[in-house]
Amino acid sequence: MSLLEVRDLAKHFTVGARGFLGRGGAVLRAVDGVSFELERGRALGLVGESGCGKSTAARTIVGLHRATAGSVRLGGVELTGLSRREWQAHRGRLQMIFQDPYASLDPRQTVASILTEPLAIHRRGKPRERRLRALALLDAVGLNPRHINRYPHEFSGGQRQRIGIARALALEPEVLVCDEPVSALDVSIQAQIVNLLAELRERFQLAYLFIAHDLAVVRHVCEEVAVMYLGRIVERAPRDELFERPRHPYTQALLSAVPLPDPAAERARRRIVLEGDVPSPLHPPPGCAFEPRCPARARPGRPLRARRRRSSRARRGARGLPRRARSAPWGLRVNPERRATYARPRGASSRGLPHVRMRARSSPHLRES
Amino acid sequence: MALLDVRDLTVRFDTHHGTVRAVDHVSFTLEAGETLGLVGESGSGKSVTNLALLGLLPQPPAVVEAGEVWFEGRDLLKLAPAELRALRGDALSMIFQDPMTSLNPLLTLERQLSEVLETHRGVTRRAARAKCAAALGDVGIPEPERRLDQYPHELSGGMRQRVMIAMALLCDPQVLIADEPTTALDVTIQAQILELMKDLQRRHGTAIVLITHDLGVVAGMSDRVNVMYAGRIVESAAADDLFARPAHPYTEGLLASVPRLGGDAAAALRSIPGTPPDLASLPPGCAFAPRCPARVDACLAGVPLLVELRDAAARRPHHAACVAAAERLAARSPA
Repeated sequence: MSLLEVRDLAKHFTVGARGFLGRGGAVLRAVDGVSFELERGRALGLVGESGCGKSTAARTIVGLHRATAGSVRLGGVELTGLSRREWQAHRGRLQMIFQDPYASLDPRQTVASILTEPLAIHRRGKPRERRLRALALLDAVGLNPRHINRYPHEFSGGQRQRIGIARALALEPEVLVCDEPVSALDVSIQAQIVNLLAELRERFQLAYLFIAHDLAVVRHVCEEVAVMYLGRIVERAPRDELFERPRHPYTQALLSAVPLPDPAAERARRRIVLEGDVPSPLHPPPGCAFEPRCPARARPGRPLRARRRRSSRARRGARGLPRRARSAPWGLRVNPERRATYARPRGASSRGLPHVRMRARSSPHLRES
Repeated sequence: MALLDVRDLTVRFDTHHGTVRAVDHVSFTLEAGETLGLVGESGSGKSVTNLALLGLLPQPPAVVEAGEVWFEGRDLLKLAPAELRALRGDALSMIFQDPMTSLNPLLTLERQLSEVLETHRGVTRRAARAKCAAALGDVGIPEPERRLDQYPHELSGGMRQRVMIAMALLCDPQVLIADEPTTALDVTIQAQILELMKDLQRRHGTAIVLITHDLGVVAGMSDRVNVMYAGRIVESAAADDLFARPAHPYTEGLLASVPRLGGDAAAALRSIPGTPPDLASLPPGCAFAPRCPARVDACLAGVPLLVELRDAAARRPHHAACVAAAERLAARSPA
């Protein structure tokens, strides 16, 4: 059993005007069937561009959004569907670090108050013990414990992010969900925080769900990486596998788009420049959501057979995967005449997306950890 | 002769916390058709430098204490506001980071684009329309005719940035100042915009000043790079030389702290200890000294000047403002 197990997680929002009985609004599928598992002391990176649903997935996992469907199990305990009060008992095990170190700390609270508040809410220790714990936390994140009575505005961006990390550690969590923890910071400070996160993981045996759009940062933090596109994971693989042999055309394009701090390498590389923008999650394209931008897509008129061979290879290479894959494997342009053979999973929408009932998900080298 | 020649530009802000010298004796030149990268972290003065030379700094609180900016035989800092307005958007153009706040949400794209031509070329709106449509087509916007009648909110972030670029290039500027043009964009869209800028530069011969904190973007785009720290240029060199043989310890630290796609992923990143100084109370001597691993007593004696280094392998003059730069460079260069 994994420490954190996420199965077919979905979060849909209703947007726009609602009519009688709350019907009529359009459904935005921010997260649409995300599954992964995370072991103690491991780090999984969740990468993707804005609007791909990575932050919504994170917020749904920590209970800041109510899941539309799917399951989140922490140490075997199902978290979706819990009431606020029931959540409380588990919240200390699953904590979050936010992107903006300016917006995520209350400017009117001192550091002491910020760090002891979670302890007080969860009734841990006496006031004196809480304060000692706050001092120890400051020390653990590389801040001077003497600054405990200062306010957030007296610290720089990098220092504030350290306070945010200390607050997340206060309740001794097992899983830290980090939502773009370094993207608001300058390069030289970013490296400090990345190193601090690595050190803390080692020291406290933390598991990280690390959300970022910067692939190079993710590579330094995580052993495993999942790439999201329009609400779904399109590829998931161990770090070196993903960075050295990306299989999904989207991952390939994403990696080739990262600017390299080396002029000679920049001149030499062949860049895959994707056309167009990410489609709206309100009106996702039928079939594979990446298809309209995909440089490797099967064009109409090209035989489907060659493509299908690839998908069967994918099927063989991925045992022990979720029974029901919800997206067509990449490159497989679903033939409308064959659509009848693709079953729609239980509870699936009427969107007309051809759900493929097969063992493989979109990524052929997705492995069971 | 250089197209744009900035000499000893100094800008100060009088704030409640004291006087802050955001730009301190900054000098650089820009040649026709080249791309000059201006890199630095937040507060290093890179944006203020360019706002100052375009005359876009609100004064007060800003005060341009000293300096000259020569462009086509005139000092931009001495021009009357109306003369500067005639140049901005025409021969000197700019793109800003956030296309959402730089476009007027209440006007159609056509109104915003044609205004540029009306102002600088005296063209009627009717005549401008065809030219605006062509400009949008030029930056890769599909169905430009239809887009002209749309409002900024109807476009995606990448599309808006393309509109900004189209607008900046309408009058065929000689100098384009791009302040973090892709920072608000996703990497795949960033790649599109950077390709577009390179392509447009090839076709129009525009000289670009590219302001960014992203060393990867600088490496791919620039011919020469200036690195700024605490309001000063601390190193200036051809892009290849700067990335291969950084002479200033700050540049070196910056390059080492960038996470990369290659190399040892498990190794800790080399970070620069400490934080950038408060500009209101700069340390004595070199502003980088408190964070510098190579600090010696001489660093505290005075602010090091930007001097040319002997760099046999360099393609262009290599300058650095560090007392130890020459030795560091000599140790790095192949004998």
